[in-house]
Amino acid sequence: MAGFGGWGGIVPFAAYVALFLGLPLYVVVHGALTTDSNHFTFSNFSTTFSYPSYRQAFENSLILSLWTSLLGAVFGIWLAAAVVTAKPGGMLHRIVQSSSGVLAYFAGVPLAFAFIAALGEVGVATLLLRHIGINLYTDGFTLSSMLGVGLCYVYFQIPLMVILITPALEGLRPEWQEAAQGLGASKLGYLRHVAVPVLLPSVVGSTLILFGNAFSAYATALALVGSTLDIVPAQIDSAINGNVEVGADRLGLALGVEMILVILVVMVGYWLVQRRARRWLQ
Amino acid sequence: MSFTGMGGFRAEELVGQELAGGPLPTAGVRARRRGRPRVWRVTIFVLAAIFFVGPLLAAFKFSLLQDNGHYGFANYGQILSNSAVRSSLTTSLEIAVITAAIVVILMLPTIVWVRLRQPKLTPVMELVTLLPIVIPPVVMAAGLEVLQEDAPQWMIKLVFNHPLTALTPFYAVLAMPFSYRAIDTGIRAIDLRTLVDASRNLGASWSSTLLRVILPNVQTAVLGAMFLTVALCLGEVVIASLLLYNTFPVEMVALRLQSHVGVSVALSMITLLFTFLLLFLLSFLAQRRHGAASVRVL
Repeated sequence: MAGFGGWGGIVPFAAYVALFLGLPLYVVVHGALTTDSNHFTFSNFSTTFSYPSYRQAFENSLILSLWTSLLGAVFGIWLAAAVVTAKPGGMLHRIVQSSSGVLAYFAGVPLAFAFIAALGEVGVATLLLRHIGINLYTDGFTLSSMLGVGLCYVYFQIPLMVILITPALEGLRPEWQEAAQGLGASKLGYLRHVAVPVLLPSVVGSTLILFGNAFSAYATALALVGSTLDIVPAQIDSAINGNVEVGADRLGLALGVEMILVILVVMVGYWLVQRRARRWLQ
Repeated sequence: MSFTGMGGFRAEELVGQELAGGPLPTAGVRARRRGRPRVWRVTIFVLAAIFFVGPLLAAFKFSLLQDNGHYGFANYGQILSNSAVRSSLTTSLEIAVITAAIVVILMLPTIVWVRLRQPKLTPVMELVTLLPIVIPPVVMAAGLEVLQEDAPQWMIKLVFNHPLTALTPFYAVLAMPFSYRAIDTGIRAIDLRTLVDASRNLGASWSSTLLRVILPNVQTAVLGAMFLTVALCLGEVVIASLLLYNTFPVEMVALRLQSHVGVSVALSMITLLFTFLLLFLLSFLAQRRHGAASVRVL
């Protein structure tokens, strides 16, 4: 802490971030923008756009992120609203908040295995459903399909929505409802003219985060299917690790940069709506 | 507060009755509502229980199924008896502890310094510590692979030869979104300037001010940051797996591929339970005065 005056205090942190975050990032961007003989080029990017398999992976990733984020948002708000209106500070709050944290951030592999145990070919739910005449696997469902992987994603998307939206729901003050009703508003009127407009920016913002979260996630898919699932992270994995053809790793890096750009767009959108959300919910 | 069709439906019903000119039913409806649990809440709790608890129960049943076809707790015993599992767990625990230490040593002085000397850097810090969210783990892994390929021999020996040195520095970066927010919240909650001035006036050095004055005041926040970091290190699989390091989650995936499904599910259950206990403990810490540590990043 010797250099505490001036700007000295930021040096250790800045150096650390530059080395362990900046350097890998630089390597990715640099590799994506150069040829093997180290000349500047955009051709890696144009190649990723012209390969049908990469285009398909992007399409799959976007569709997967879209429906899992929408489903996660709807059920996440619903669950969060049910928890917020329960006794505050109670055990229910604690348990829901803690397990949401675990499932949303830290449980990629274990939750994939839980789904294999439930909905795999000899999973408990699969066998139960077979007893009542529904045979998932002859009806075309597999856990390693987009639908199966997406169901797993919803398992961490809902908890993430609960974490993100709970503060906004808690920020809805009871006085607003009392004031609205005192002025003659019905419950529906309160919802339509007060609660929804106040919550909407937070809901849109949180849903955007869910979208980005699903788009960049790979742990669950990796544990469930491995690198053969046709989504962008898996394509990067096999381009870098697979030695399929010469120059494939540069295409993998270009895909990586494209992923970062998609997430950046999502984050800017989040930042824009969040400014509106802050107006009411402090 | 209702957010579903259910709530809206009831409100419409109420409006309808009022328009029909009947006696105002408000009081009666309220009493009835209080007496019986609301449908929309019960519905979501039942759905959540099926969707969330169901797979966990299924996983528990699976974890009891041993390789010999009988049910029992032998799979859980593998965490101690299977040497591959044990060594991967040791690796992951070592990574977790060292990463947590790095996070505190790096973040606490920096956050204190920013608050005291350059508060205008706060938005920059917030932005920089969010960056790991923008970069997907698989892209980070791709960057590290390229670095690894091009690295000179001494760097491979020094850094990339062992998971501890190869993964720990990067996990500390991945933990920044959590650790920055947890520690920053703790620092915001105390009167930092007064504490530091008093300590300095009494002749304490910067390091002893940091260790003996600031740290005890934000210990719950620091503990929270460490818990979240440990949880992250025990869960991270993408980078370790792509770089071929055998950490605990990577071993879990490998066991499944070797068709020891019961063992891998048992290890999953242990991980889930342990991580849950960490965060559950965190929620009690957060309640205490100086440490509103939270799992919320954005």
